[in-house]
This record gives sequence, C-alpha cells and structure tokens, in this order.
Amino acid sequence: MSRLQSAFAKGPALVTFVTGGDGPTDTILDALVEAGADVIELGMPFTDPMADGPAIQQANLRSLGAGTKTADIIRIAADFRARHPGTPLVLMGYANPMTIRGPEWFADQCRKAGVDGVICVDIPPEEDQELGPALRAAGVSLIRLATPTTDAARLPAVLEGSSGFLYYVSVAGITGLQQAAQASIEDAVARLRAATDLPIAVGFGVRTPEQAAAIAKVSHGVVVGSALVELVGQHGADAPKAVFDLTKALADAVHSARESA
Amino acid sequence: MNAEHQKNSFRNQPDDRGHFGQFGGRYVAETLMPLILDLEREYNKAKADPAFQAEFDDLLEHYVGRPSPLYFAPRITEELGGAQVWFKRDELNHTGAHKINNCIGQILLAMRMGKTRIIAETGAGQHGVATATVCARFGLPCTVFMGATDVARQAPNVFRMKLLGAEVRPVTAGAATLKDAMNEALRDWVANVHDTFYIIGTAAGPHPYPELVRDFQSVIGREARAQMLARTGRLPDLLVAAIGGGSNAIGLFHPFLDDPSVRMLGVEAAGYGLDKDHAASLAGGRPGILHGNKTYLLQDEDGQIIEGHSISAGLDYPGIGPEHAWLKEVGRAEYTSVTDDEALDAFQLLCRTEGIIPALEPSHAIAAVKKIAPTMGKDQIILANLCGRGDKDIFSVADHLGVEL
Repeated sequence: MSRLQSAFAKGPALVTFVTGGDGPTDTILDALVEAGADVIELGMPFTDPMADGPAIQQANLRSLGAGTKTADIIRIAADFRARHPGTPLVLMGYANPMTIRGPEWFADQCRKAGVDGVICVDIPPEEDQELGPALRAAGVSLIRLATPTTDAARLPAVLEGSSGFLYYVSVAGITGLQQAAQASIEDAVARLRAATDLPIAVGFGVRTPEQAAAIAKVSHGVVVGSALVELVGQHGADAPKAVFDLTKALADAVHSARESA
Repeated sequence: MNAEHQKNSFRNQPDDRGHFGQFGGRYVAETLMPLILDLEREYNKAKADPAFQAEFDDLLEHYVGRPSPLYFAPRITEELGGAQVWFKRDELNHTGAHKINNCIGQILLAMRMGKTRIIAETGAGQHGVATATVCARFGLPCTVFMGATDVARQAPNVFRMKLLGAEVRPVTAGAATLKDAMNEALRDWVANVHDTFYIIGTAAGPHPYPELVRDFQSVIGREARAQMLARTGRLPDLLVAAIGGGSNAIGLFHPFLDDPSVRMLGVEAAGYGLDKDHAASLAGGRPGILHGNKTYLLQDEDGQIIEGHSISAGLDYPGIGPEHAWLKEVGRAEYTSVTDDEALDAFQLLCRTEGIIPALEPSHAIAAVKKIAPTMGKDQIILANLCGRGDKDIFSVADHLGVEL
C-alpha cells in the first residue's frame, strides 16, 4: 500500500497546505505532522498564482522575496522524507516552474526526494502530456482537481490518469475565500464517489474545526491551506506553534469522524 | 478546396486542441475548463453563422468607422530615401486604436452565450477603454482590472473608462501592472463563470482566445491587402507591426501568410536595451506556460516570470501571443526589437513628416521602418500598421523629452 493509500485507509484524513520557503518551513512541516496532519501539501511558490486568493498570493511573494528556488523546495521535500518516512508529501503549484526544465527532470526530482504526488493547478487533462506521462513513469501520483463546473461528461477525463486522491474544489473561485454550503459538498462528493474509487479530499475555504468535522463526515479528507498560511504570515519565525495549535484542533475534528463512521 | 485550407498553408493554425505547433493550448484551472470548451463551441457556431458576421461587419463599418484608410506617406518615404512607406490607419478607429475590432467581436459572442457581465484587463488603458465602450454600447456592466501602478500613470484613460460606465478595479498584487491585472481578471472569472465573460485584449490566453482575437483583428490585413491591390496592383514587400501580445500584428499578418512574396516583421519593445530591462519575449525569453498558453516568456531559470519594461505601457508584458511564437519558429515571420529611445525618435519623425501623432506602440514599428526602408529599393513597398494614436501618450512623451506641460 502506498503512503497516500495508507493515509486515507484510516478514515477521514486531514490534508494541510503550506507554501514552501515561507517562514521556517522544515519546522512548520514537523509541527503539521506532530499535530496530526495525515497528508502534507507543500506549495511551490510562483510569481503569478492565478488560482490563489490573497493569503496564498502573499505567501508566494514572501517566499520568492526570501530567495526561494525550486532546488530549495526539492531539498525541503527530501529532508522531510528523511525525517518522516511514513507521511505522504504532495507538491502543489503551477505549470511553469514544474515544466521549465522538462517534465522528466521534475518527475525525477520528485521521485528522488520521495514526493508521493503532484497537484498542478493549470494543467487540465487536455494538456496532460506536459507532465502526466513523466510523473506516471516515475511512479509519482498525478492528483487532479474536480470542481463544481466539472460535469458528468467531463469527469471521466479528469479521472483518467490521475491517482493518489481526487481533490474536490468545493467552490468555483480562488483559494481561501468563500466556503461552500455543506449540502452542495455532500451532493458533489456523492456524485464523485459513484465515478471513482479514489479517496476524495475536499478543499477551498475550509478554515475551522467545525467546518472540517462536517466535511469529514461525508468525504475521505479535508484540505486546509489559507488559514494555516495566514498564521505563517502573522507569526513568521514563531509560526510552528500557532500552526501546531490550529492543526491539532483540525485533526481532532477530522479524526473524530472516524469513530462516528 | 480553398487555398487557405490546404495542408501546407500557414493559415490553418491552430489545430483542434488550440496548439500552434508546440505553442498555445489551454493551461487553465479545472473550474475554467468547461467554460473554455463552451466558448470554443460557441465561437465555432458563430463563425459559421452569416448573421453573426453581418452584425460584426455592420458595427465595424458604422460604429468603428471601417474600413480604415490605407495611406501612402510621401514625406517620410522621401526622408528615409528607400522603399515606399504606407500606413494602415487603424489609429482612426473609434476609441483610437485597433483594440475595438476585437472588443466588438467578443461582446457579440458574450451576448450569444447569454453572459450578462463583462470583465477585462488593461495595461495602458486602451483595451479597457475599448471594452468599456462596447459595454456602454450594449448596456452590459463592465469591470476593468488595472494595475495600481498603471492606474496612477494612465489617469486620462481611467477617467474615460469611468465616464463610459465601467468600474476600474486597481490591482496591487505583484508589480501592479498588466500581468497582475490579468491574474486578477482570471481570479474574478473563476469565481463568476456562471454569468461573466472575459474579454481578453490580445491574441493570447487559453484557446480559443488567440484564434478568435486574431480572426476579429484580421479585418486589418484583409482590408489592407485589398486596398493595396486596388491602389498599386501588387502586394507589399514587407509588413511591419509592433508587438506586445501581438494582436495588431497578427491581424495584419494573417491574411498575407500564404503570399510568399510578402515578408513580415514584428517589432518587440527592447525597453532600455536587450541587455537591460525590456519587454521582448521572443528576443530575450524562452518557451513556458503562463496565462493559459504556452509561448515565449521572460522568465528566470526556475520559470519565475520577470516583469517586462517598455516606455509603451501597451507593450509592457512578459509574454507574446502563441501564433507569433510559432511563426518565429517556422520562420514565416521575422522579429526584431527597438528601444524606448528609438521609439521616441520615430514618434517625433512621424509627427514632423506626416502630421500624424502616433501612439508609442506603433512608434516601435515606425522605428523599425526607419532602419529598414533605406536598405530597400524605391520600387519596393513597406506597409506598417499604425495601430493607435498618440493622444494618450503626450504626457509621458513630454516627460521623457523633459518638457513640462
């Protein structure tokens, strides 16, 4: 069983996102794991994060402003893998930094660093050749996004060639702003479950333990990003403590759905 | 079979997935993908619909003022002492630039699709003004995203947009210029896909935008080709046009692509010089993925985007339309660049010799003409696109020339 499969096999999983190179990332990642996060998403900073709201935009700019390079992100991932052999790590970001040296180069770096999966915001299934074949050949999961606009006719194309889990973007919009209505999430997850055996993690706009608990009851995982990234922005070098506290509350909320299930 | 659909034509791009060779494509978030596919279907239907074309043509004639004149410029020809210099006068269009051609086409598409709200990005404000204009004409609410830096340095256009009823939303992210305005427009679009149409201002972005913007702007080249044949009985030897995203250039070039005797030259903005800050993505960039398409981009070794610089806010973009990237790669069009200073000289040359105040964008094309015309014979013809008028630029030109207004 892969690390991603194991993480979702225990019941609803907490998936946490932080931007690499923003604040003391190594320590922040340790805090996430220690507080109970089941899957780690590490954001690769990009100058033009078109799908992100203000919180993650700022994190991208802070990271690049601090001089973060792609090599630093790979180093953070490899060190994480050495410290946490069992926790799945996923890189999330935009097409250009991932493909600029060629998809094979990137897939090979991911494999060597022990990265389990990649989420690329702006490579839809129609352009899969840019990254998908290289990742699959390297044994790295390509994790795709499904959204409220992904209709039944389109869903098979989204699922084709994807693995690890399916990331359901619960609102048509950018990260960190609105929260979707619980009923619409339930409907959407039910629709997705009928089409795939992949675990379904729900994200965009999830901030509080209460929201996370409600979503965990109807899905395989809950993704929290902007709320954590905001803490990194507020607390800087002291962020690990604040990140730990919120993650602990979120993890407890998500994992409580395991017993009640 | 029509000549332009033959297999070896340069005019049958993109392929059915929106690729111009290795360039173009649809690199967008999943939320937008269904809408992009819907737009493609709707555009294909519109292209085949004589009523759509008739309405487009009618508006171009009676609202925009087309056809624009084809003008032989005797004094600049004499001064340069070589090839005959002709201008396609798209600066005489309503709103003062070629941008309106595309906006008319896109708002007709938006209404066909039942969209009730329009968004756009703008750099110098010309596309913003053109979009606000068609929105006023058709009574649709309009939001224009504009970098806060550009809002400050393009105050007259901001006021024009507001007079036309548009909301101008300043964007403070990044360097607060055109690239950031485009990011913000995409963020708005992704959150409002159900009712909103994004009128992209240049022949770039995800497929089908590069194709449809080119098609709407190709009125420039179709008219120019027919006018030149009618006036001189022959085709021009060389076409010249300025390139930011490249919509006026592709509009001029496309109808001539299968005329092998016609050379074409696109002119990028070399800013302070290609070894300093500039906006020449073909000369100084390499292929990458941004804003929905694969094309030449100014970027560092990690694929982080580098801000462009040009004296012309309309050329100040770190990418270029994908069809130009392809035309460069297959060698059908040539590309060069001119600096801010060369463009300023050319701006003054046209004012002085022909009584035409050009925008800083076509001043780049004129600067290239100034270099090339003397190397060509007097029986040869250069046709340059005068894609915008310079009223909007007199303040920044005065500033650069050290004149206080």
